[in-house]
Amino acid sequence: MTELPPQRRGVPIYIQIIIWVFLAALLVIVALGLKRAQQGTVQPGQKIDNFSLTLFSGYEYEGKTSVNISELRGKVVVINFWASWCKPCEQEAADLKQAWEFYEPSGKVVFIGADYVDTEPEARVYLKKFGITFPNGPDLATKISQYFRIKGVPETYFVDKNGVLQYVQIGPFTSLEQIQGIIDPLIAE
Amino acid sequence: MRSTSYRFPLAVLIAFALVLIINFMVSSQGSAPTDDEVNKIAKQLYCPVCESTPLDVCPTEACRQWREVIRTMLAEGKSEAEIKQHFVTQYGVRVLNVPPNPWATYFVPGVVILLGALFLARGFQLWMKPGRTAAAPVKAEAELVPQDDYVAKMEEELKKRK
Repeated sequence: MTELPPQRRGVPIYIQIIIWVFLAALLVIVALGLKRAQQGTVQPGQKIDNFSLTLFSGYEYEGKTSVNISELRGKVVVINFWASWCKPCEQEAADLKQAWEFYEPSGKVVFIGADYVDTEPEARVYLKKFGITFPNGPDLATKISQYFRIKGVPETYFVDKNGVLQYVQIGPFTSLEQIQGIIDPLIAE
Repeated sequence: MRSTSYRFPLAVLIAFALVLIINFMVSSQGSAPTDDEVNKIAKQLYCPVCESTPLDVCPTEACRQWREVIRTMLAEGKSEAEIKQHFVTQYGVRVLNVPPNPWATYFVPGVVILLGALFLARGFQLWMKPGRTAAAPVKAEAELVPQDDYVAKMEEELKKRK
């Protein structure tokens, strides 16, 4: 009797399934990572999730030491990311200050300054230097900037009364009129 | 007459007290942290803005400010751990050159990858391993004899030479 040539034995079906699921999961993880890396900033039309910003002493919002974005529904919210070491931020500081002074009495617009990876003493010097008085605080552990996926500073996000992001300004504003041109239609909605 | 006799010891006492106070103030203030002490901690932190640049060698204005924060905190008597925790709170865990829990960061993914690799290797091994099928029919020896004339001749020649 002669032995037959060896035959291949099949892998149990459950192992095959696990292997393919494992490989598919790896591919999905890589794909999601690539997609997120290419996404850029949060896009207009997206509803902004709630977040809380701890505010510097002297820059509170209605006497509160932190501000929740969800509490500002019904108002146009302008979120400005800045840093004291950021030279382009200085270009727009005066325009932002004027814009805040223009809209603050109406109570329809809230400006929030998120100080990005900065030191408090230098941030305070900056705020004082440009006479900025709207609520400002450090973006602790860069959680807010990570949520918005900012690419640098300055960047400004305009959220409408319903909490939906409507406009993103990358880089500094060039004039007060430019800021007004974005905010006025959002108030009128 | 009597009052003047008190003046000298009183002046000495006041001077002594002043010396003590000044000495206490100087000693409590401590010496300013040196650059080496600052850089020892800065070396363990990364600039949160620049890509992969340790804080001790980062030339930007922002990094200079952060080094000053370390210096100030050292002068206040804060420990290395407290300073690093302050930076993590302010700028996130990415500023640390070594993650806070290296075991979880390196070991767990390492083990998962190793297990996955072993699992895959075992799967492929099973796949490639030769086996026998018990129910396979046994072929007759005659069937295995080569049918080709040329091969048959060659085998015959070989047998003769043996």
